Amino acid sequence: MKKLGLIINPVAGMGGSVGLKGSDGLEIQKKARELGAKPQAQNRTIKALEQISYLRDQIEIITYPGEMGENAAVACGFKPKVIGIIDKNNTTADDTEKAAKDMKKHGVDLILFAGGDGTARNIYDSINLSIPALGIPAGVKIHSAVYGQNPKKTGELLELFLQDKITEFTEAEVMDIDEDAFRDERVVAKLYGYLKVPFEKKYVQNRKSGGVAGEEASLDRLANYIVDSMTDDYIYIIGPGTTTRTVMNKLGLDNTLLGVDVVYKKRLIAKDATEKELLGLIENKKTKIILTIIGGQGHILGRGNQQLSPVVLKWVQKDNIIIIASRDKLNTIFGSPMLIDTGDDDVNKMFEGYYKVVIGYEEFIAYKAMS
Amino acid sequence: MDSIKIRKTFQQARWNEPIIYELSKPNVRGIIPPAADDEIIESVGNVAKTLPKSILRKELPNLPELSQKQVLSHYLRLSQETMGSNIGNDISEGTCTMKYNPRINEDLASDPRFAELHPEQSEDTVQGILEMFYKFENVAKEVSGLDKFTLQPGGGSHAVYTAASIVRAYWEERGQLDQRNEIITTIFSHPCDAATPNTAGFKVVTIYPDENGVPDIEALKSVVSEKTAAIFMTNPEDIGIFNPRVDEFVKIVHDAGGLCFYDQANANAFLGVARAKEAGFDMCHFNIHKTFGTPHGCSGPASGALGVKKELAKYLPVPLVEYDGEKYYLDYDIEKSIGKVRDFIGVAGVVLKAYAWSAMMGPDGLRECADVSVINNNYMEKKMLQIRGITSAFQGNGITRQEQIRYSFEVLKKETGIGSDEFNQRIVDYGIPCFWQSHHPWVIPEPMTLEPCETYSKDDIDEYVAVVQKISDEAYTNPEIIKTAPHNSSSFQRNDVESLDDPEKWATTWKAYLRKHR
Repeated sequence: MKKLGLIINPVAGMGGSVGLKGSDGLEIQKKARELGAKPQAQNRTIKALEQISYLRDQIEIITYPGEMGENAAVACGFKPKVIGIIDKNNTTADDTEKAAKDMKKHGVDLILFAGGDGTARNIYDSINLSIPALGIPAGVKIHSAVYGQNPKKTGELLELFLQDKITEFTEAEVMDIDEDAFRDERVVAKLYGYLKVPFEKKYVQNRKSGGVAGEEASLDRLANYIVDSMTDDYIYIIGPGTTTRTVMNKLGLDNTLLGVDVVYKKRLIAKDATEKELLGLIENKKTKIILTIIGGQGHILGRGNQQLSPVVLKWVQKDNIIIIASRDKLNTIFGSPMLIDTGDDDVNKMFEGYYKVVIGYEEFIAYKAMS
Repeated sequence: MDSIKIRKTFQQARWNEPIIYELSKPNVRGIIPPAADDEIIESVGNVAKTLPKSILRKELPNLPELSQKQVLSHYLRLSQETMGSNIGNDISEGTCTMKYNPRINEDLASDPRFAELHPEQSEDTVQGILEMFYKFENVAKEVSGLDKFTLQPGGGSHAVYTAASIVRAYWEERGQLDQRNEIITTIFSHPCDAATPNTAGFKVVTIYPDENGVPDIEALKSVVSEKTAAIFMTNPEDIGIFNPRVDEFVKIVHDAGGLCFYDQANANAFLGVARAKEAGFDMCHFNIHKTFGTPHGCSGPASGALGVKKELAKYLPVPLVEYDGEKYYLDYDIEKSIGKVRDFIGVAGVVLKAYAWSAMMGPDGLRECADVSVINNNYMEKKMLQIRGITSAFQGNGITRQEQIRYSFEVLKKETGIGSDEFNQRIVDYGIPCFWQSHHPWVIPEPMTLEPCETYSKDDIDEYVAVVQKISDEAYTNPEIIKTAPHNSSSFQRNDVESLDDPEKWATTWKAYLRKHR
């Protein structure tokens, strides 16, 4: 019998309905309540759980009391095993983290959580990549790629996982933006880490025409291509992400998953470099930057890689940007451009246009980027 | 629609037939060949002893042991469990052009006067089939406007690979192969337009569509350069949209010095309407088994006709079939030929059938074939898009579709949970073959690609639409019957689809199956 952990951040989404751009922190939550905000997370969780309610005799739900999961599970006809203690109506991020850790101890197969970017960070802090997780989007800020498209779709994905129809996982980004900055109309997004989420290959066709290379094989090929085409006269700045990590692995170099590393003559010359360090290293040197798509919306610049500041980018120039992504990952944004948001309009414009995105060994897709 | 009969009581054979190895019983024999006569043994000796040890088996092959009767029953049962163009309404196979293959052409191909020919016979004794090669080449030249064809490739992708090899020879001769190492294609071209250039050693750059579903011309401009060896593109693409700016694409690539190859595997939409030559292309190919009415099959009963402008004819594979005014002959004297791409001169049986088909149709018939396939498709589109839950790729972009359309069950999936996979497992219950969903990758969600070729009647189309309507109704009223389908066909639901991606689980031979699963 599969065990499903369920965690609801009961206050997620409250800030949004009253224009507060987030719900992190007790003060904001109080303000949101005063402005008449209603919690969103319960209903959204119920919508997701409804997709799997028919499996109620075949799975066990382990959850926290009341508004943190018990109520929603019961509303969908489950008889959940309730663990932990909470201060009703005053739960905090600590409760989310504690719940995730407790559920891991109880051996759940996956943690289903409802919230926003802040909640995803809490889950990440507690379980990292140790067990699978999946988010029901209920928060104001959803920049992380760990969430389903909507509650119903999340439920459908969960259903496939519970029925063993999904056996593959992807490491999806946990992102967050600084809420104070956001309230000042500035977006400062940071990549916090990765959660292991079920991977539905919805863009991979039915097998009747033969095998389709899996994500891993595809990444391996593109990493080989990048390494084979590196030359000793360039400095290579390697952006954050699991896709760029495959290049570093191929080079046998240490990698900063959430930061920027610098490679010269296939050796690591700077690890987790700051903007200042980068500028020192690349001054008067030919430089290329290797990037991948970060986050669900398709950002290549301005999300999780602020070290690549407008000054750095101006030095490197557009022609020296190499974007890498598996074909499946690129196709998740089919119909929309890749996004650039450096915080500098002029630089944004300089980097708009088409890129030959590397998707395999000597395979490229001409894809447009816009700010 | 009510007057259309759909096969509600359809029932296909379901034999639950074991794998032939599971039917095997030790020491059962189908045929026991008689021992050779003493005289033969004496004069030939022990043949096995003359073979080098390195090629001798160490143990006997593990072959199934069955009687003749068992073998016959087994394969007859399997044959009854197939579905295809000659047994069902195969509008299903969009992009494949599953038109009716006239039986009379099969009779011609099995006539001993043809069937007993051998490709090693001298030219003087095979003038008839050489004439058919030569005259069918003339048909292909007329349809495309190009100057010279080879019929040697054994299928469409093989012809495209041959084209990529010619591009390579072209740039090699100019000493620019190191620089001209990129071939451009489009995402809705056939995947072989990317795969075969890659196999031939080129880098491949793929262009995505603009908001109307037409290849993005700005993307093309952004990637064309002094590195461009060629563009390989299909048109209309496999979603049925004809690129109205195709001549501009050709001009952009030519201006940069690149060659232009036109994938016309399926030329059904424009026979006698538009030609590769007038659009400016340097090369094109036809899948004879699509456009020219012969049965499908890969690298055996198929054929890819590759045509080039006269400037590129010197690179074609050898031999070419020529005529000196008196007799037909094989010309091996091709200046810069890329060599052979297949044994002999091509798949003669397919060329014979295609020649017979073209001769029967005549020029007006070929044009009518295009007209009817486009009319069929547009009639079907109007009906299909009235069905709840069904849309089409780039619907409402104002571009009239050609001979096929990529539909989408995205709305149906959202509203009922029934998508392309589920629909496909139900459609066979009405005697209709599983439909072609999409080439990889699936950028159009929940896809279905249909192609009502010219040989389908209005009744055939109406029947197909009625079945789709019926299943759509079921999706909204009784989705369980779809989720548990098929009920009346030979096939079953796949129990572990994901494992088909796992090399540790898939097994294409009995030996591999035993090793991995027993």
